[in-house]
Amino acid sequence: MGKTLFDKVWDAHVVKSLEGDIDVLYIDRHLIHEVTSPQAFSELEKRGLSLFRKEKMVATPDHNIPTKDQHLPIKEALSKHQVDTLLANCAKHDVELYGLGHPFQGIVHVIGPELGITLPGRTMVCGDSHTSTHGAFGAIAFGIGTSQVAQVMASQCLLQSRPKTMRITVDGELKKGVLAKDIILYIIAQLTAAGGTGYFIEYAGSTIQSLSMEARMTICNMSIEMGARGGMIAPDDTTFNYIKGREFAPKGEAFEEAVSYWKTLHSDSGASFDKEYTFHANDIEPMITYGTNPGMGIKITKEVPLSMGNGSQDSFNKSLDYMGFKPGESLLGKPINHVFIGSCTNSRIEDLRIVADYVKGKKKAENVTAMIVPGSKQVEQQAIAEGLHEVLSAAGFELREPGCSACLGMNEDKVPAGEYCVSTSNRNFEGRQGPGARTLLASPLVAAVTAIEGKIVDITKHLN
Amino acid sequence: MEKFEKVVSRAVPMPIEDIDTDQIIPARFLKATSRDGFGDNLFRDWRYEQNGNPKTDFVLNDNTFSGRILVAGRNFGCGSSREHAAWALADYGFKVVVSSFFADIFKGNALNNGILPVQVSDEYLLGLLDAIQENPETEITIDLVNQQISYQDQKETFKVNVYKKECLINGYDDIDYLINMKSEIEAYEASSLVV
Ligand code: SF4
Repeated sequence: MGKTLFDKVWDAHVVKSLEGDIDVLYIDRHLIHEVTSPQAFSELEKRGLSLFRKEKMVATPDHNIPTKDQHLPIKEALSKHQVDTLLANCAKHDVELYGLGHPFQGIVHVIGPELGITLPGRTMVCGDSHTSTHGAFGAIAFGIGTSQVAQVMASQCLLQSRPKTMRITVDGELKKGVLAKDIILYIIAQLTAAGGTGYFIEYAGSTIQSLSMEARMTICNMSIEMGARGGMIAPDDTTFNYIKGREFAPKGEAFEEAVSYWKTLHSDSGASFDKEYTFHANDIEPMITYGTNPGMGIKITKEVPLSMGNGSQDSFNKSLDYMGFKPGESLLGKPINHVFIGSCTNSRIEDLRIVADYVKGKKKAENVTAMIVPGSKQVEQQAIAEGLHEVLSAAGFELREPGCSACLGMNEDKVPAGEYCVSTSNRNFEGRQGPGARTLLASPLVAAVTAIEGKIVDITKHLN
Repeated sequence: MEKFEKVVSRAVPMPIEDIDTDQIIPARFLKATSRDGFGDNLFRDWRYEQNGNPKTDFVLNDNTFSGRILVAGRNFGCGSSREHAAWALADYGFKVVVSSFFADIFKGNALNNGILPVQVSDEYLLGLLDAIQENPETEITIDLVNQQISYQDQKETFKVNVYKKECLINGYDDIDYLINMKSEIEAYEASSLVV
């Protein structure tokens, strides 16, 4: 019987198997940021331990930083203290750090791939659930809690039970205006917010293979929104071409050698999965969410459902109350005052290009505040080099400096209570973008069209 | 970590599904660099008005219910991996969360902080929630050694990984185990294609 892609990578990293189905799993790369690492460093110090493999760590501040005037000292005292703590810990323990203003700074899940730190066949962790993003390269990547951050710091290993495997195949050609974000919102709506819990997902099929690396990252990024431990895609020429020449990627002969290994990383034809789903690209349309978890998504032209399958009606009603929507109503025509384009799901250069391409020569609606936050310093610089920032600011968008920003509302970038925000981020939880904020998740294209129209529309009518 | 064997307590009912870690502790309260004091902001936006006044209809502000066990709807702890959610629950005083389904990362974080996630069947959960509503003084027993939850004459067994159970009962954590494995980890590094 053949092995799955997941099995190949996992098995190559098992240091030892323990009783009770727990493996000691070796971790190749560990990304850290300011919010989930301070208590881990303290834990290490409390126990008198040092970093086991500091050269396998990379740090950057992203969650709790301002996205304006990053050259000035951080104003908010607690945020400043948290970022300073990261700086001090990295200096003390000699960890590679890309601080504010550094050309490599950015959201952890954006910089890993763009710097060639994320490679096929690697195991990667970070104290952040969207670490699943890196699976787009055929890596096993997942989010961990702070106690586990300390474990990896102390031993470069984690105790992990082996997840079950799931394959999601998407075949066929995508319709006009349908992006990777729509694919993943569609899948989550089908499987629900808990549908992937306990599983590691492999995305396969002709639709997935046809996607760029950035689009693949958008898909893997949101695996966690189905509860999955992670998501991965078998590496192919698209992957190898993307990696080639990146800062920390293997070079020359080492690259060729790596590619020949990476080519073995795919599910064998006889491999079996604990669960399989197949979807058709033709069934997917531009999506939007109406509720308070990412599984509550619909085609933008469809009505809010009357209930959530076998979920509790009370929880469903509570969610709609929060959003101010009624069962059975259409979202088309709903005025939207905020548009946020950013987050590790959709803040890469291709996302910015999609937005710029659509808004070029247009003006945002008067009622809309449109914020666009690049995922990294490199993305920001690339946007400037391509003149995208001019197109965007001419259309009335505010281009900020890199960070997580209104994705989680930890800094001052928040959506006011009761207001609607069409957001390219990954979570529409209550209060995620600020207390009382109402988030509707969508693709960068839907966000761009919404910003111009000032309300939710059937975007397909606006594409030429 | 404190040792865990048995908890006998009343419980706080929260029959809401898909409670995510952003509700358990909103991001704006994650700015601390220590593990302490998160309990004050547990369920912050459900518990307090924006001006800081307690919302009287929220269960944690209702004196009728109390205890070290939280009983919640399915898919508890989904979303962000923030361990602060487990710290907030522990700091508030919860030792056990009962639900019919838990998100993976939360489950791991809870266990690493001496909180036991007890997964029961949907029917058992409904029965338990009804019993607490009917009589808030209902005592629930969580017996980790025998992996059994019970109230009145209603019993159900629950699963716990053998290794994790051992850790909880003895108050060990993973880091203790891993740092004693250094030579094996080094041997792995030497023998594999680690990059
Ligand atoms: S952008 Fe949002 S989801 Fe991504 S790492 Fe930052 S806070 Fe998490």
